Amino acid sequence: MKTVRKFLRNGLGVIGAVIILGLIIVAIFAPQIAPFDPNAQDYNKILIAPDGEHYFGTDDLGRDIFSRVVYGARISIEAALISVGIAMLIGVPIGLLSGYYRGFWDEWVVMRSVDAMQAFPFLILALAISAVLGSGFGNAMLAIGIGFAPAFVRITRGQVLSLRNMEYIHAARSVGVKDARIIFRHILPNALNPIVIQATLAMASGIIAEASLSYLGLGVQPPTPSWGSMLNQAQTLMSVAPYATFYPGIAIFLVVLGFNLLGDGLQQVLDPRARK
Amino acid sequence: MMFVFRRLLLTIPILLLVSIMTFSLIHMIPGDPARVILGQEATPEAYQALRSELGLDQPIVVQYFSWLGKVIQGDLGISITDRVPVSQLIMQRLPATVELTIGTFLVAILIAFPAGILAAVRRGTWIDYTSTFTALGGMSIPSFWLAMMMIIFFAVNNQWLPSSGYVPFLENPTQNLLAMVLPCLATGLRESAVLMRMLRSSLLDVVSMDFIRTAKAKGLNEARTILGHALRNAMVPVVTTSGLMIAGLLGGLVITESIFSIPGFGRLIVESVFKRDYVTVQGAILVSAVLVVIVNLAVDILYAVIDPRIKAGKGAGE
Repeated sequence: MKTVRKFLRNGLGVIGAVIILGLIIVAIFAPQIAPFDPNAQDYNKILIAPDGEHYFGTDDLGRDIFSRVVYGARISIEAALISVGIAMLIGVPIGLLSGYYRGFWDEWVVMRSVDAMQAFPFLILALAISAVLGSGFGNAMLAIGIGFAPAFVRITRGQVLSLRNMEYIHAARSVGVKDARIIFRHILPNALNPIVIQATLAMASGIIAEASLSYLGLGVQPPTPSWGSMLNQAQTLMSVAPYATFYPGIAIFLVVLGFNLLGDGLQQVLDPRARK
Repeated sequence: MMFVFRRLLLTIPILLLVSIMTFSLIHMIPGDPARVILGQEATPEAYQALRSELGLDQPIVVQYFSWLGKVIQGDLGISITDRVPVSQLIMQRLPATVELTIGTFLVAILIAFPAGILAAVRRGTWIDYTSTFTALGGMSIPSFWLAMMMIIFFAVNNQWLPSSGYVPFLENPTQNLLAMVLPCLATGLRESAVLMRMLRSSLLDVVSMDFIRTAKAKGLNEARTILGHALRNAMVPVVTTSGLMIAGLLGGLVITESIFSIPGFGRLIVESVFKRDYVTVQGAILVSAVLVVIVNLAVDILYAVIDPRIKAGKGAGE
């Protein structure tokens, strides 16, 4: 409760949380909020500028851009949760085990592999994985998740290294508590704060990464509305319908800003160094 | 010297792992890579020829070492679609990307340094709040969207700058620089936000230290205290961020080059992905990772120049 109260005093963090809450509400109630079917094409209403009926205008197939942006929120939130979820599922257990047991595997296999993976520029790695696995939302998520995993390994391992020599861990070990229980019951809960902060900030990057892959044609495939693929389709319309570019981009900007503000806010509350 | 040597030694296992990961790329293709590359209609002769060209008819360990041997000699294979050496394709595309990277870096530094220093020196004032909030906003803008909005404003609506294309610098310097303005601004603005935040927080840590208080107490003016003493001590995290930035840029420029039709290294990867030219993809990602390792190595060595304590200790990378 004390942490929640402290967070609520952090103005920017609260703004971030409100934006994310708004995104979740829009994603859940998309069918109720969107006035049109996002994929319905109306050839009598091609490239109509924003007006009272089509708030964000229509695209070159006569689809309502506002409805597509609203439905695109679903893809974005899925992208944030799934990509970071995959990264955490891979990164956190490896970081926990590697930091707890240390030795050759930790130093020369896990950490050097993390170094090597982090040598690949993130988007290029995601592109290469997408190229091999094929385009599509699922493969894009896997590609982004794998790209993010090393950061979670590093951050979790760092936390474990600082916790594993604490007295309460020595005490647990000396009374015969099994390693698995020490790792998951005693170390993990105390290592969670930086992982949560990293996860929030990674969600912002996950949304941009999904939009980037979809923009390049390797993520969500048409006609499913995703903000990145909408920008891809709008690129040929920049001279005749700039609004087709403007709104999906503003949506990405707002949501990424929301996650960044939330991440910063959480850092202020949960990380004693940032508080200082 | 020992520090540099030790750091160089640490690079070897990383490069080996990078090579294994890159090599595995073709083998991650579900099914038979040659069949996937050629499609189902390919003749058995073409299929066998590609299998033997890719070395897929040999044991995997033999394949790896034979590939690694060639890579060390600069042979990254022959592009499946263009039938020219991949190293040649990369060398043709690198100059545009290097120019874009330098331009983006310059934009980032020119904005981040004055803004970061001012925000730290005027902490808690409107200058600080404005630059900090703008930086957070800047970090949240997808650079490819910013690029598109800039094209609409500067090229489509006002025709002030070209919307796309690339002319080599030596061919026409004016055209080249004009064409580089929008791509460098679109990518550099976001990077400046990241750098500015890092510089501000690093400077704030340093200005509260005793030696700065002493400098001020001895009557040194603010500009000399900050620029002459605080800035150098605040540079280590800034250099780290810059190193990460250059590495990240190689990835980020993939999109910038696609939007502005710049025939760079990133665009080569995207084109090769769509052409299913896995040999070129493999060669290009290997080169990008090796470049990142070299940048990281340079950054670590630069640490020792900026902060001699690192050289005396066990090394920044440890």
